[in-house]
Amino acid sequence: MSPTAAVALAATYQHPALAAVETRGFLSPAGVEIAFLLVGLVTLGAAIVTVTTRQLVHAALWLVVALGGLAVEYLLLTAEFIAWVQVLIYVGSVVVLLLFGLMLTRAPIGRSPDADSGNRWAALTVAVAAAAALVWVVVDAFRTTWIDLDVPAAGSTRTTGESLFQNWVLPFEALSVLLLAALVGAIVLSRKAKPEPVEPKPSTPATGSAPATGSAPTTGSGPTIGSAPTIGSAPAPAPAPAEAPAAPAAADAPDPSEGGVR
Amino acid sequence: MHLAYPVVLSALLFCTGLYGVLARRNAILVLMSVELMLNAVNLNLVAFDVWLSKAAEETLRSGQALTLFTITIAAAEIGIGLAIVLAVHRNRGTADIDRLRDTAERPERSEKAEASA
Amino acid sequence: MTTTTLAVLVPVLPFLGAAAGLLLGRTAPGFVRPLAVLPTLAAFVLAVLVAVRQGGDRPVEAATQLTPTGSVPIDLALYIDGFAALVAVVVGLVATCVQIYSTGYLRDDPRYPSYAALVSLFTSAMLLVVYSGDLMVLLVGWEIMGICSYFLVGHYWETAEARAASLKAFLVTKLGDVPFLIGLFALASDAGSFRLTRILDTVADGGLDHPTPIALLLLAGVAGKSAQFPLHTWLPDAMAGPTPVSALIHAATMVAAGVYFVARLLPVFTASAAALVVLAVMAAVTMAGSALAALAQDDIKRVLAYSTIGQLGYMTGALAVGDRGAAVFHLISHGAFKALLFLAAGVIIHAAGTNSLAAMSRMSNLRARVPDAYWTMTVALLALAAIPPFSGFFSKESVLGAAESAAEGHAASAGHVPGAAGWTVLVAGLLTALLTTAYATRLWLRAFRGQGDEAPDHGRQPLSMTVVLWVLAVPSLALGGFAYGTLPDWFDGDDLAPTLTTSVLGTGLALTGGIVTYAAWRYTTALARTPLGAVAAHPEADAATVEAEAIASHEPAYGDVASAPDPTDPSRVLLGRLHRHAAVGFHLDAVYTALFVRPVLSGARLVRFLDREVVDTYVRGAGALPRLLGAAVRRAQTGNVQTYVSALLAGTVVLVVAALLVATGA
Repeated sequence: MSPTAAVALAATYQHPALAAVETRGFLSPAGVEIAFLLVGLVTLGAAIVTVTTRQLVHAALWLVVALGGLAVEYLLLTAEFIAWVQVLIYVGSVVVLLLFGLMLTRAPIGRSPDADSGNRWAALTVAVAAAAALVWVVVDAFRTTWIDLDVPAAGSTRTTGESLFQNWVLPFEALSVLLLAALVGAIVLSRKAKPEPVEPKPSTPATGSAPATGSAPTTGSGPTIGSAPTIGSAPAPAPAPAEAPAAPAAADAPDPSEGGVR
Repeated sequence: MHLAYPVVLSALLFCTGLYGVLARRNAILVLMSVELMLNAVNLNLVAFDVWLSKAAEETLRSGQALTLFTITIAAAEIGIGLAIVLAVHRNRGTADIDRLRDTAERPERSEKAEASA
Repeated sequence: MTTTTLAVLVPVLPFLGAAAGLLLGRTAPGFVRPLAVLPTLAAFVLAVLVAVRQGGDRPVEAATQLTPTGSVPIDLALYIDGFAALVAVVVGLVATCVQIYSTGYLRDDPRYPSYAALVSLFTSAMLLVVYSGDLMVLLVGWEIMGICSYFLVGHYWETAEARAASLKAFLVTKLGDVPFLIGLFALASDAGSFRLTRILDTVADGGLDHPTPIALLLLAGVAGKSAQFPLHTWLPDAMAGPTPVSALIHAATMVAAGVYFVARLLPVFTASAAALVVLAVMAAVTMAGSALAALAQDDIKRVLAYSTIGQLGYMTGALAVGDRGAAVFHLISHGAFKALLFLAAGVIIHAAGTNSLAAMSRMSNLRARVPDAYWTMTVALLALAAIPPFSGFFSKESVLGAAESAAEGHAASAGHVPGAAGWTVLVAGLLTALLTTAYATRLWLRAFRGQGDEAPDHGRQPLSMTVVLWVLAVPSLALGGFAYGTLPDWFDGDDLAPTLTTSVLGTGLALTGGIVTYAAWRYTTALARTPLGAVAAHPEADAATVEAEAIASHEPAYGDVASAPDPTDPSRVLLGRLHRHAAVGFHLDAVYTALFVRPVLSGARLVRFLDREVVDTYVRGAGALPRLLGAAVRRAQTGNVQTYVSALLAGTVVLVVAALLVATGA
C-alpha cells in the first residue's frame, strides 16, 4: 500500500471525534503514550538482544522479556484478553518449548562464538533497509492518525468472546482441525523412523496404545505433546514398561540417555 | 494515542525478527526470530483493531480475532518446526542451518565431469 | 503353367529360399540345408523348362506396371530370348552345384545359414538380371549382386585379406556403377523407355541421339562388374572369399552379368564404332595382361581368377566384333569349366592344406589323394586351354572366328564393325591362347606333379563336394562339340562352327605354350629345391576353415599374397624379368594407390584437420561464454537457505521501494 493510499484509507475511517481533536500535537504525549513508548523501548531492546546474543539460552530468556513487553503493550491498547493469551501461550508454553528444543539439540551453555552465520552483514543490510522502508511508509501514512482509548474497553474477554463465537465460529473450528493436524504431524515427524520390536508380549500394545496417546496432551498446548512428556519420562522408562512401546510419541527422543545427560 | 507508536514499534520488531531469521545459525534461534515477526504482526493487528473500534460492527472485531488465530497458528508452527529441527538433528547431528547444504552445487566434482565430457 | 509363370518363379524361388533361410537360420538349423539347395534346384529345373518351351523361338515377353513412375515408365517386364533362356540354365546349374558343394565345404561353419541365404539371394539377383526385360529392374538385380558379393567375399571376415577384399570389390564395382547408372538414364531418356524391346526398336530405327557417350558410360559399369581392365583389380583379391563363392561369382553370376548385359544391348554398342574400338582394346589389354599375370601367381585361386579375367576378355572381344552369339557361347562353356576349376581347386586346397602352388609342388602324390579333383580338373584345364575336342575349344574358336571375319571386313551380323577392332581382338586372342595353355599347364604340373614329401592324407573328400565335380565335368567335356551346331538356332543364327585357319592357329599356339611350359618345368625341377611350404593349422577341419587359414597364412609365409619366392617356378624362366611385375598385376594396385587412395586419404586428413582444429575452435569458442556464465551463476547456488532468503527479501524490499516511488510519483 502506498503512503498516500494509506492516508486515504485512514481518512475514510477517521472518526468525527478524532477529526475534531486533530489539534493535538505529535509530540504532546499523554501518560499512556509515555508508558507505551517506554515499554516499547524495552521490548525492542529485548528483541534486539534476543537476535544478537551469543548465549542461546539467554536468547530464549530475552524472548520472554520481549513477549511479555508485548503483552503489556496489548494491555495499554485495551486488548486485555489478547494480553493474557499472549502471556499464557507465548511465555508459558512456546518459550518453554523452545528451551526444550535447545536442550534436545545439545545447544551449548555459555557463549558460543558461532551463533551467527556468515550471512550476518547481508542480513543486517536487508533488515535495516526493510526497517527504513517500513518506518518511512507507516510514519508517512499515519502521520495524522490517533487512537481514541477513552471508549469502553474494546478487548475485554466478554467482547472478544462474543465476537469470536458469533462471527468467527467457522474459522475457529477450522483452526481446531489445523491444530489437530499439527499435533499428528509433530508426532509423526518426531517418532523414530524404524520402531524396533521391543515388546515380546503381543497382547499389551493392543490395549495400551490408544489411551497412551490420548493421555499425553495434558501437559500443555497441543503441539507440545510430541516432545514435552517424553523428556519427563525419558530418564525413567522403567515405571511404565507396558506403555513405552505402545506410545509412538515416546519414541521421538533421540536418546533417552541424552536428555538425562543434559 | 498516536497510531504511529504501535505501528512503528511493530515495524521495528518485524525487522528485528527478520534480521534474526537471516543471521542466526541455530535453527531454534531462527524459530525464535520467527516468533518475533509473528508478534510484530499481532501488535499491528491489535493496534488497528483498537483504532477502528468505533466501527466494530463493520469490522467484526476482526483484528483481535485474527490475533488469536495467529497466536494459535504460531503455537502449531513452533511445534511442527521444533519436530522438524529435532528430526534433522537426529539424522544429521546438527541443527545449524548453514550446514544443511545438500542442494549446493559441488564445484570440484562438476568441473571434473565437465572436463571428462 | 504358362511359360511366363515359370519364368517368374525362376528368380522368385531362390529369393524366397534366401528369405526363409535368413529367418529360420538360427531357430531351425535343420531346415537350412534343404532351404539352400531345394529352391535353387527348383529354379534350375524351371529354367530348363523355360528354355525347352522357349526353344529358341520368338522371345517370351510379359510386362506389368505396378505404379506410374513419371515420364519414363518402369515396368516389371520379362524378356526371354534364346540368350536369356540358356544363360539362366547355366546360372541355375552352377548355383545348384555350388549350393550342394557348399553343404560339404562349409560343413562346420557357424555362419553357414547366412552364407547359404546370401548365395541364394545372389542367384536370384542374377536370374532377375537374366530374365528382366526392363533396365531398371535389371539394375535392381545388378546392385543386389554387388552387395551380395560384398558379404560373400568377406565371409572369412576374421582375416584382414577378406575384409579388405570385400571392401575393394564393393567400391570398385560401385565405381563402375555410377557411370553405368548415368548411362542407363541417358539411354532411357533417348529411347523414352526402360523396356528392352523399346530400346532395341529405337536403336534399330536409328533413334539414338548419343550412342557413343551412352555406350562408353555403360561400358564403365560393365568393366566394373565383368572385371575388365582397368576395373578388374577387385577380382583377384576377391579370392579371399570361400571357394564356392569364387566359383559362383566367376562362372555364372556377377562377372557374367556384364558380358550378358552388353550382349543384350549389343545394338546400342554397335551403333557406335568408337565404343566398339574401346571395347576391343579393353578386351585385348585385359586378356593379354591377365594371362601374363596368371602365369606368375602362386595362389592357385588367383591363377584361376586371372584366367577368368582373360576369358571374360574373350567374351568382350567377341562383343567388340559384334558377335554376341560367340560371346554367350563362350560365357556358357566358360561357366561350366570355370565353376569346375574352382570347385576342384577347393578340394585340392582342402587336401593339401595350402593354397600355394609352390607348396603343392613340394608334395608328391597329391593327385592320388584327390582323384576326382585330379581328373575333373584335368578336363577343365584342357577346356580352358581350348584343346579340341573340349568345350572351350569350340567356344573360343567361335570368338576367334568372329574376330577374324570382322578383321577381314565381312562380319556377318554387323557390317559396320571396324576392322581395327577385329584385328586387335584376333591378335590378342591368339597371343592369349598361347599364354592360357602356358599357365594351365603350369598349374597342372605344379599341383599334381609335385615332388617331395608325401601329401597329407585326410581321407576322402565329402561326397557332396566330389559329385558336383563330375556333374560339371560333363558339359566341360562335351558341351562345345554338341552345341556349336544347334546354338545358332537359339542365338542370332550366326554360324559358330570353328573355322580352319583360326582353329589351326589357335590350337597350334596352345600346344606350343603347353610344350614350352613343360620344358621349362622340366628344367626348373632339376634345380636344387629349397624347402618351402606352410600348411593350415587344422588340416582335419572342414574345407572352409582350412582355406581361411591358408589365405591368412600365405602372406606371412611367403611375403606376398600373390606370389612366392620359389626359384623352381617355371614361370620365372618363361617370364624372366617380367615375372616380378606380372605377379603383382602389373602394379595396377600401386598405381591406383598413388592416383586415388593417397589423395583421398590426404584429403580426409585435411578434412579431419579442418574439422578438429578449425571448425571445433569456433564451436568451443561459442560454448566458452555460456560455460563461463554458467559457472558464475552456479556459484550462487551455495545451498545455504539463509542466503537465498536474504536475496529474496532484498529483492522484495527493492521492488517495494520502487513501487512506492512510482506510486508517489517521486
